[in-house]
Amino acid sequence: MSDTENPRAGISRRAMLLGTAGAAAGAMLPLALPSWALADDPALGTFPAGQAGDSVFVGIDMPLTGTYAAAGADEQKGIELAIEHLNNGDDLIKAISTKTTKGVLGKKVVSGAADEAAKPDLAVQNATKFIQDNKASVLIGSVSSGTAVALNHFAQDQKVIYLPGISGSNDTTGKDCTRYSFRACFYAYMASAAVGPVLLDKLGKTRKAAYLTPDYTYGHTVFDSMTKFTEAGGWTTVTNQLFPLGATDYSAYALNIANSGADTLVVIGFGNDAVNSIKQAKQFGLLDKMTLVVPYMSPYLVQQVGQDLMAGVYAGLDFYWDIGDKFPLAKQFVDKFEAKYGYKPEWGAEAGYMQIALWADAVETAGTFYPPKVIAAYESGKKYADSLVGPVEWRAADHQLIRPVIVVQGKKASDMKSKDDYYSVVEIVPGDKLLPDPTAFGCNLGSPT
Amino acid sequence: MLNWGNFVSQLFNGLVSGALLALISAGLTIVYGTLGVLNLAHGALFMLGGYAGFVAFQATGSFPIAVVVGALFVAIVGILIERVIVRYFYSRPEEDQILVTFGIGIVIVEIVRYFFGSLSQTVQAPTVVSPIINLGFVIYPEYRLVAFAIVVVALAALYLLLYRTRIGMVVRAGIEDSQMVDMLGINVQRIFMAVFGIGAMAAGFAGIINAPIISITPNVGDDILIQCFVVVVIGGVGSFAGAIVGGLIAGEIMSLTSMFNPQLSQVMLYAVMTLVLIARPQGLFGTR
Repeated sequence: MSDTENPRAGISRRAMLLGTAGAAAGAMLPLALPSWALADDPALGTFPAGQAGDSVFVGIDMPLTGTYAAAGADEQKGIELAIEHLNNGDDLIKAISTKTTKGVLGKKVVSGAADEAAKPDLAVQNATKFIQDNKASVLIGSVSSGTAVALNHFAQDQKVIYLPGISGSNDTTGKDCTRYSFRACFYAYMASAAVGPVLLDKLGKTRKAAYLTPDYTYGHTVFDSMTKFTEAGGWTTVTNQLFPLGATDYSAYALNIANSGADTLVVIGFGNDAVNSIKQAKQFGLLDKMTLVVPYMSPYLVQQVGQDLMAGVYAGLDFYWDIGDKFPLAKQFVDKFEAKYGYKPEWGAEAGYMQIALWADAVETAGTFYPPKVIAAYESGKKYADSLVGPVEWRAADHQLIRPVIVVQGKKASDMKSKDDYYSVVEIVPGDKLLPDPTAFGCNLGSPT
Repeated sequence: MLNWGNFVSQLFNGLVSGALLALISAGLTIVYGTLGVLNLAHGALFMLGGYAGFVAFQATGSFPIAVVVGALFVAIVGILIERVIVRYFYSRPEEDQILVTFGIGIVIVEIVRYFFGSLSQTVQAPTVVSPIINLGFVIYPEYRLVAFAIVVVALAALYLLLYRTRIGMVVRAGIEDSQMVDMLGINVQRIFMAVFGIGAMAAGFAGIINAPIISITPNVGDDILIQCFVVVVIGGVGSFAGAIVGGLIAGEIMSLTSMFNPQLSQVMLYAVMTLVLIARPQGLFGTR
């Protein structure tokens, strides 16, 4: 029945009823809406939808197949242990994330993992699903810098924080740095700055180095940084053999290196590439006449290659289980990890654990999941008194954690005191000496909103 | 300015790695040629041969037993795959065949990963072989030479099977025209099963022979599969001779290109494949 049909009524009964109902509903509105909708912070990325319930989702984007699968599985375990510790309020994670009680801001942390096989497009696909289906509050995980860099930019577009796990390229906090990404592990420049002086000191200043380099961002930047530091000390670079990530046959490269006149072999490959590089270098007699150097050492390398090939080899690591006497939290971490998983953690696990702990702390400090405030907490210059690798702090200019690098040397099999006693720690180099100028690699952080 | 010493050693190395590729590709090409099915699980079968041989080696300590077990196990797996799954797809469109063999490949890889984990496993080369041999013009791992010799013998055996036996004649006829073979009253189903088994066996055999050279992981077959396709395209589908020549060409391309620009060695392979597709789409020895 239309209002116009009765010209004598000023306002129809229908309109009156509708108007009253509307006014009543309007008065009820502030009570009916959830509190977060009234907050000052506008919706951004998966905020606040991702925290609407009583849990928050962590999207774990990890290589679980392919040449980096073993390192990825280990890193995932570290992340999941950290999440378990957050939900239980474990003392270890509370030592780093001091405001944590249980969960993050009272919300339980749940996670899901997806395989990216070290392929950037798959990584972005997985991350997209995490955001659309799970409303992930944070994305974490990488072994390949190729995927880390892709997810850096994806995170910036989607306004969801992303935390690379293992990422060795200078580009991740260099030309591909973004406001929404934070890297806690060591990388090419830091590794070279730490390992380079040890090599110059112990191996001599006039060496001829051959490089076996995976042909993508990680390999290129490790090569650039290593040659920068070693050539400054007097080394010559005689050849750079670039191979595709995941290559299985290194015979051609090994022959080129054998004929290059080098006396030092620098293996940059990671994961299975490192295993194959070194095994085949041995098969072609390279290791009989050249000294092996591994500036950025992959998890599980010595277990797969054998102690004999790694004896005497200098290498750079993010973490080693045996640094517990210097860093008590490291010992706790190793013990708790081994109790749960039955083996001593590799450095990917430590990297994953650290990232979750530091993220929880940033969110607790910010008091909200609103990304720009969490980012501000990261960038606040807070000094962490202790962590799995001692005191650390974030560098706001490029979102790199200032942390130490562990230089190790492989032990002879006869010197091993236990089955895991692979390395002796040569030096734990503090991070503040190891970082490049923040603008050295072209970092230009984007906007938080 | 060419380093002649390096050139000769790369030429030699290309021959050796090419021969292995030829063996694996021969398996792929006869399956594709006879059954018309592009077996995307071929790389996984290569990997499976490596692992079956590894298990046998751990149990017995004998490399020859490992080789036999590796080859036979994969042959049986291949026959099972053909009987249980693939034969229902002969009349289906090619996309379906590709998808099902691709899926089978993934399942095999993940089953192996479930039991063995993602870390690499080592199969020691037989101890009678010394680690390195100095050939004068190159210092080379002796086991690679042994593997080369074994592969040559295996290829010769495969050749004899295909070209000097009755079953081989039927298989070659099936490659040319399987309908005609059927009309002549020959049980094509059994031929298909045998061919799939032989093709799988070639991959599995290559897998265990290769295991002392390349540490085996669940994903070791991925790279090999792609290279095999390139070889089959270059050599011609269904052509045994094409697989051999294609494999040797591929091995040489990758070795020699690495001398000038290591980055380009795999890219060059694809470039040559593209040239062949443009100039002679059926491949060097292909007929279709």
